[in-house]
Parts: sequence; C-alpha cells; structure tokens
Amino acid sequence: MAQAQTTHATTEAPGGAHADVGFPPFETETYAGQLLWLAITFVVLYTLLSRLVLPRLGGIIENRRAMIASDLDDAAAMKSRAEEAGTAYEKSLAEAKSRAQALAQETRAKLSAESDAKRKALEADLNQRLAESEATISAKKTEAMSHVDAIARDTASAIIERLTGKAPAPQKVEAALNQIKA
Amino acid sequence: MASPIEQFQIKPIIPVINFTNSSAFMIGAAAVIVGGLLYATRKRAVVPGRAQSVAEVLHDFVANTLVDATGKEGMKFFPLVFSLFMFVLTANLLGMIPGFFTVTSHIIVTFALAMLVIGTVVVYGFMKHGTHFLGLFVPSGVPGWLLPFIVVIELISFLSRPISLSLRLFANMLAGHIALKVFAGFVVSLLAAGGALTILAPLPLLMAVALMALEFLVAALQAYVFTVLTCIYLNDALHPGH
Repeated sequence: MAQAQTTHATTEAPGGAHADVGFPPFETETYAGQLLWLAITFVVLYTLLSRLVLPRLGGIIENRRAMIASDLDDAAAMKSRAEEAGTAYEKSLAEAKSRAQALAQETRAKLSAESDAKRKALEADLNQRLAESEATISAKKTEAMSHVDAIARDTASAIIERLTGKAPAPQKVEAALNQIKA
Repeated sequence: MASPIEQFQIKPIIPVINFTNSSAFMIGAAAVIVGGLLYATRKRAVVPGRAQSVAEVLHDFVANTLVDATGKEGMKFFPLVFSLFMFVLTANLLGMIPGFFTVTSHIIVTFALAMLVIGTVVVYGFMKHGTHFLGLFVPSGVPGWLLPFIVVIELISFLSRPISLSLRLFANMLAGHIALKVFAGFVVSLLAAGGALTILAPLPLLMAVALMALEFLVAALQAYVFTVLTCIYLNDALHPGH
C-alpha cells in the first residue's frame, strides 16, 4: 500500500495523473485496515454514546418533561385550590349575610318585644293608678256623701235654732230628715 | 493537476497497525460526535443554550424517526441508530471540508455499516421470533402456486438490502466529491489556458459553489436516508410478517 502511494505521488503531474492511479474504493488491499479501524471506532463510539452521552442527553430531556409536567400539575392544583378558596369565600359570605339578617331580625324582634313589654307595663301601671284614683274618688265621694246627712242635720238644726231661737231635739231632726230622704 | 479520484486515496500514517488517513478521519468523526455532544450537554440546562438545543434536536429527530418506523419497542435500538446516523452525518460533513478525507466515500465502509444493520436485523429477528422470522419471506394471502416465486423475490429483495443501502451512500458521496473536484479543476485549467478561456473561468467556479451547497444537502440527506432505511429494516426484525 505504501509502495503504491509513493508511485502515485511521484507521477502526479498536471494532466497526467490518470495512468497508474487505481480506483481507491476498489483497492481491496486497503479493506482490512479500513474494516479494522471502522470496527474499533464504531465500537468505541457506540459504547461512549450508549453509556455516557445518550443517558445524559435523554436525562436532560426527560428531566425537563417531568419538570414541565409537575409544574403543570402544581398549577392545576393551585388553580383548584384558588377555586376552592373562592367558593369557600362565597359560602362564608352568604353565611355571614344570612346570619346578619337573622341577627337583625332577632334584634328587631327583641326590641319590639321589649318596647311592647314596656308599653304594657306602663299601661298596666297607668290602669292601676287610674283604678286607684277612681277608688280614692269613690271613697272620697261616699265619705262626702256620708257627711251630707250630718251637714243637713247641722244645717237644719242651725236654721231651726235661728227661726225658733231654740235648738230642736236631735231625734226629731233625724226623723224629719229620714222622712224627707225616704 | 491532481486526478479527481486522488482525494479518495488511502494514505498510510502508521503502516504497522494499518493506521491510515481513513482511520484518522473515522476517529476524528467519533471524537467530534462524542466531544461535541458532551460539550453541548455540559450544563444539563433545563432551558437549553444553542449547542444543547442542537444536541436535543438531533436526539429527538433520530428518536422520532425510529419510533415512527418501529413503534416504542424499537427504542432499544436507539443507541445503534443514533450512532449510525451521527457517524454517517459527521463523516459526510467532515468530508465537505476541503482537503479532508471522506470516510463514507469507500464502499467497504458503507458496506460494513449496512451489514451491521442487516446483521442486527437477522440476529435479533431469529433471537426474538425464532423461525417465525422467516415469515418475513412468506407474505400471507398469496395463492399457493405463486408462493415459491414470491418467496424467491422476497429473498432477493432482502439480500439486496445491504447492497442498495451501502451503494446509495457510497455512490452519492463519491460522485459528489468527484463532480466538485472536476468543476474546481476546470477553473484552474481555464485560468492556465490564457486568453479568452481565462474569462470563462468564473463559470465553473459558480458551478462549484452551487455544487458545494448541493453536496452539503446530499451529505445530510444521505445520512438521513441511511437512518430511515435502517429503521425500516429494524421494523422487520421487530414485527416480521406482512
């Protein structure tokens, strides 16, 4: 092979190189060397790629895929959590509203009951006082009416004494008065 | 003027161990692949930089090609397919640098790679499916009298796979580099001719530039074609029977 090479090199002159140059791809004596080095190179290349380069490269790509997937999962989880929080907020808002309404109603009812009670108490008090006053009035009236007889007797006695100049007997005045009353 | 095929010459570097320029470029391609990918992934960044993006695109591209052709269970061949794709692509592209040797422009290299693929298919097919793997050559639903012919045709088509796989890559790389060299040679010849011919020299130069672009496309495309066919053949090993 080396021999052929030197021959070729020496005859390589402008325009005249064709004569003793074989067709290199068909020079069978070079095949063994090419096959040997191709085998060595390819085995080393295959080993390095399959053991070192491709696991690293595939790992990077797989890692990214996993990362994106987990990020998307996280985002979905967060979104659902946010939605949950939203519904929880709305729920508590509605609850608070209804509770406020209930409270307002309760307060209103309580207040009106209280004022009712107060009014009733006042009314009862007033009624009682009215009744008391009426009782006092009627007592006073009966008392006054009971005095009327005495007044009438005294007056009658006084009038008779003036007219006659002499006090009548109380029994007679009494009897006369009773006669008039009857 | 060097001959257009001079660039394919195998030149010994260390003759004792058969180490040649071809060996050097094979090792160079492997070093570029491993070094480049390790460099690109050194940060293991979640948000990739430029280099890491390229590495990830290559990874996903090969993985998708493989899964499309063979399904999820084909991923056990991923290191092999990725190694093949990266080796062929890098060897092709390294060959595009002027003065660099193109490893894949030698039929023995492409044939060895093709045999690696077919060998994997045959060995894995028999290991996984035993004699069922032979069902690959016996399509179902064929009339009995036609079957012998079909089996022969299937057999020939299967056996021609490594040949077509290796020849396609080899021929593309060889022809492209020869065409480039021929047109580049025209530029020099026309310049040397003098007179009116010298004025014509830019024309083949333009052609060489256009071919260069085409060859970059071919370099990437042939690596892809090799990979796709590898995936399709591996699918036969995983799911024999039509």
